[in-house]
Amino acid sequence: MNDHKILIIDYRVGNHQSVLNALKCLGYNFLSSARKEDIEKADVYILPGVGAFAEAMKNLEQLDVVKTLTEQVLEKKKPILGICLGMQVLSERSQEYGPHRGLGWIKGEVVRIDTNNKNFKVPHVGWNDIKIVKKDPLFTKLDGAPNFYFDHSYHFVCDDSFVSSKCYHGIDMVASLQKDNIFGVQFHPEKSQNNGLKFFRSFFNYIENNKPVKC
Amino acid sequence: MLKKRLVACIVVRGGIAVQSIGFKKYLPIGSAVIAAEFLNKWGIDEIILVDIDNIARKKGVDFSMITEISKKIFVPLTVAGGIRNLEDIRKIVRCGADKISINKLALTNPEIIKEASEIFGSQCIAVSIDAKLNKNGVYKVFSDSGGTETNLEAAQWAKQVEGLGAGEIFLNSIDRDGSKKGYDLDLVRTISSAVNIPVIAAGGAGHPRHFLEGILDGNASAVAAGNFFHFTEHSPIIVKSYLRRHNIDIRLETYADYDDIDFDEESGRITKKPDSFLEKLRFEYMSEEII
Repeated sequence: MNDHKILIIDYRVGNHQSVLNALKCLGYNFLSSARKEDIEKADVYILPGVGAFAEAMKNLEQLDVVKTLTEQVLEKKKPILGICLGMQVLSERSQEYGPHRGLGWIKGEVVRIDTNNKNFKVPHVGWNDIKIVKKDPLFTKLDGAPNFYFDHSYHFVCDDSFVSSKCYHGIDMVASLQKDNIFGVQFHPEKSQNNGLKFFRSFFNYIENNKPVKC
Repeated sequence: MLKKRLVACIVVRGGIAVQSIGFKKYLPIGSAVIAAEFLNKWGIDEIILVDIDNIARKKGVDFSMITEISKKIFVPLTVAGGIRNLEDIRKIVRCGADKISINKLALTNPEIIKEASEIFGSQCIAVSIDAKLNKNGVYKVFSDSGGTETNLEAAQWAKQVEGLGAGEIFLNSIDRDGSKKGYDLDLVRTISSAVNIPVIAAGGAGHPRHFLEGILDGNASAVAAGNFFHFTEHSPIIVKSYLRRHNIDIRLETYADYDDIDFDEESGRITKKPDSFLEKLRFEYMSEEII
């Protein structure tokens, strides 16, 4: 990853440190920042996220990263990986203590997990198997139905064409999605031990093999 | 399907990990960071760090310990003990923890559960309940590490915190703590049937069978132990291997899985292999997986 500058967007949400730790463990160099110049210079973004939707959007807006990031991701087509809440903010809106407006990069809505069944408790917290729909590029290093750590009460509802893996907890839910250069995962690869580290490795290997589009 | 979780509690007192017995006696273990690192390598599903010093001496949270632990583990970390306000929660999460669990703070100011879950999300806010059966046969909530009886009934308090936005309940049985007699299954059942959020059962595990009971009879979403995991090599793997034999859906992906060993049901320990087998192992090369 020598030619690619990884930027972990620091917008004061939880799990930021854990993502840093995971990337450090894998030996990547990266920058953690929310400054405009850094966003413009970077080649690939990680958008972490633990927290409530409105708080995350508020922070993104206050730090003034929305406009710059949108430009880089939607126009310059730089890849981005949203994790958990970082994936949910890619949606158009969320019902969490809301409705609240999201970044709107992927058509869809974030709604509460409604299983209507006492056997499926909410939040959906713990290790769950995922069903891989699209193996390439996020799951190339994983076989079968690997498990990841989930911890969420809301889930992303979108068109099946964006879904790269699913999980089941009373209802089928999006575990990961992709729209061109925009990636998102509902689970926490930074907290999923070896499966999570393998996931990050697949993602960055893919980035390395695909030079970003220079404009 | 969502798997059952095996959770390790690291109880910290005076800056080091300890074993806790009946919320009264404490035996020293050593560095909490090293304990966490080993538990992570041995495939634990989650770690809860409980700093009881903070509670007793009203010290602040030891943020540097949380930072150090979070660097070594790639499983979720929950922090409990001595949390005073929203700012503490923010800092803990910034240090790399995933969840916090509050006890006294929730009892004195229940509204904080609501405020915190609106900022950090419900999934981040767990409430610890230390419960004990009182003379009238009612499970009551205790505060101050079991020192003070409140007038709250455990199930009623659990429902209340769920309504306020708590995402999980970390349920401790004071009587069973360190007893090795198994979980207080009545208590676990009472609470997990009262609420629709996950319940982590703790207090009393001393045999792999106890974890199985906690899941099957207690209907807990996660089973936790502190003392049990110390002083035994591969302790979480042994429990998981036992649970898997009893058809519990649990994550077991460590290099060692103990699929081919025998259990001594009475002691809950694995039986020794013949010397000829162990002799062969001396020349076997075990490589670590490269990611």
